[in-house]
Amino acid sequence: MEIIYRYDGSFEGFLCCVFDSYVNKEYPACFQDEGSVSPSFFPARWVGTDRRHAQRVLASLEKIDPYAKELVVKGFLTCAPEKEKMLYQFIRALYRIGKPLLRRLSDEAVWPLLKAVRHLDGEVHLLKGFVRFSDFEGTLAGEIKPKNRVLPLLRYHFCDRMYNEKFLLYDRTHQEALVHQPSQWAILPLEEFQMAAPSAQEAQYRKLWKRFYDTIEIKERHNPRQRMTNMPKRYWDTMTEFQDESYFQAGTDSLPEGGGPRLPDGCV
Amino acid sequence: MDVMEKLTILTDAAKYDAACTSSGAQRGHKKGYVGNTSSSLAGCCHTFSGDGRCVTLLKVLMTNCCVYDCKYCVNRCSNDARRAVFTPEELAELTIQFYRRNYIEGLFLSSGVLVSPDYTTERMIRCLDLLRNRYRFNGYIHAKAIPGTSPELVTRLGLLADRLSVNIELPSEQGLKTLAPNKTRKAIFRPMGLIQNAVRENKEELVKYRHTPKFAPAGQSTQMIIGATPDSDRHILSLTQSLYDKYRLKRVFYSAYVPVVENSLLPALNTKPPLLREHRLYQADWLLRFYGFRAEELLDEDDPNFNPLVDPKCSWALKHPEFFPVEVNTASLEELLRVPGVGTVSAKRILYARRARKLEHEDLKKMGVVMKRAQYFITCKGRALEGLKLQQESILRNLIAAERASLPGMEMEQLSLFTQAG
Repeated sequence: MEIIYRYDGSFEGFLCCVFDSYVNKEYPACFQDEGSVSPSFFPARWVGTDRRHAQRVLASLEKIDPYAKELVVKGFLTCAPEKEKMLYQFIRALYRIGKPLLRRLSDEAVWPLLKAVRHLDGEVHLLKGFVRFSDFEGTLAGEIKPKNRVLPLLRYHFCDRMYNEKFLLYDRTHQEALVHQPSQWAILPLEEFQMAAPSAQEAQYRKLWKRFYDTIEIKERHNPRQRMTNMPKRYWDTMTEFQDESYFQAGTDSLPEGGGPRLPDGCV
Repeated sequence: MDVMEKLTILTDAAKYDAACTSSGAQRGHKKGYVGNTSSSLAGCCHTFSGDGRCVTLLKVLMTNCCVYDCKYCVNRCSNDARRAVFTPEELAELTIQFYRRNYIEGLFLSSGVLVSPDYTTERMIRCLDLLRNRYRFNGYIHAKAIPGTSPELVTRLGLLADRLSVNIELPSEQGLKTLAPNKTRKAIFRPMGLIQNAVRENKEELVKYRHTPKFAPAGQSTQMIIGATPDSDRHILSLTQSLYDKYRLKRVFYSAYVPVVENSLLPALNTKPPLLREHRLYQADWLLRFYGFRAEELLDEDDPNFNPLVDPKCSWALKHPEFFPVEVNTASLEELLRVPGVGTVSAKRILYARRARKLEHEDLKKMGVVMKRAQYFITCKGRALEGLKLQQESILRNLIAAERASLPGMEMEQLSLFTQAG
């Protein structure tokens, strides 16, 4: 029977869809989260989120193989189209076949997931380098526009690297922010975020970096195609060295209250 | 002179150094210190410059003043260039501020020779000491050891840096004699041996005393200039191999010579940097380090230079038809690694996947094998890919076409010559 599962869009919610599909002996044709509900001829079932059910599904994956669980957790962060369906197919096959499924790298139930996770891991790796922070009176703030939800994975890197710093990293695509101060961090939804104008000192470091970037190129070896292969243009948007002139001018008006980017209420 | 100007001059003078990696050190955060080096295990590129090269470190000279007069170098004393010197404070401040903003992974500090190698190294040590101990910088530092520096100073430098490097500069003694009259081969290899010994002793001591300060934990590297002297690829690759074998280098870098001065001993100013040749050498370098090849397998006396048209691995494969085809389902890792189009990652995937079930041709593409290359050299369950023409000549032509799109752009004209021949 063709049936649509609707859920709250969270990872736990999705795991509950898996749980319920086994309880109801159904094979959902597609999954919709609250945000993307569109009218359809198929009957739909609303799946409520129950943490215990989600835990049971996750534990069952872990029991088969910790790597399988990792794939599912990461798979949910990817930007693969119909990622729920992709994950659902993987999980069903995993329950049927068990651990040997993981070795079937080219299986239709496995390789779309592997491909999506590789894309995610690749983006995380690139962003470790491409993120740019600005200093606002001691608090660092940066912004990215990734395709995948990278913050849950990027946090390991930046929370260690910037262990003693207070910082905020905003993901504009998914409207959430990683906020950190020594020994505390959180990823919080944040709809609006606007970076304040830079102080004179901040503007000066931006200029110095831009100058370094322009100078380090060996002009005789100019090779824009290779640069683009290594660093796709979609990342340039949030990188200091590719901003226009206004980005390097210090703000004339004073900084907003508290200096720099305001952290959402109640966090850190 | 302000910092902006100094940065410009001293970056411009440092840009020809090829090494800009931050790999090999793994050090987590420390309370009260800035940064770590843990992302460096696999390397981390912070941007790519207009020439397509990775920028990981703040790569600058401490000074571009130099008492030497190496013919190929922009910083030689006879060159009429603007000179600048960073103060240790300026350099430390720049490094820290760039690092905090995630512009860089650390500092690559090199220098022209001011007064003498010892004097210069002492100044570098002062810079790094300030950066490490007063500014509490815990990120990556790559420092250049200058040939002719006394051993005690090299040791002190190594305790502050993650990686040390001594540049070989030119691949042969003859080249050094004519182009770098102030440097000798012996003076270059001495610090290299010294660093190697210090790294080894340090490792032994670390076993005994956990808190022994670490000496250059990311090892040492070197670089040489390609195309300024008439040395063959075979000579360069054998030298590379002996450096890996004898001195346990982590990396050997090649830098295509960019003509910066008019000199009768050097290629003319309008010579294009030999980028394709540099590319082929790097490909071969990878084959030495990760694929189990030896230099003498890739090049011999009859063929002392790489074929510009096909990569070294394909070249080897075409010369060794007796080795192929390789049966994907039974071959060892070493055998798989020799197949063009199979990389270290896809080779491991093959080993992993074939334990579940036998692999077919269509499986391989999904596992990252480049079939455009690999198809000519493999069988799956004893069968070659259907409809495949296995004539030496057409294979060569197709292999050339398969790689062409990804080669350094300016070499294109050179390649098109071959279309007629093939």
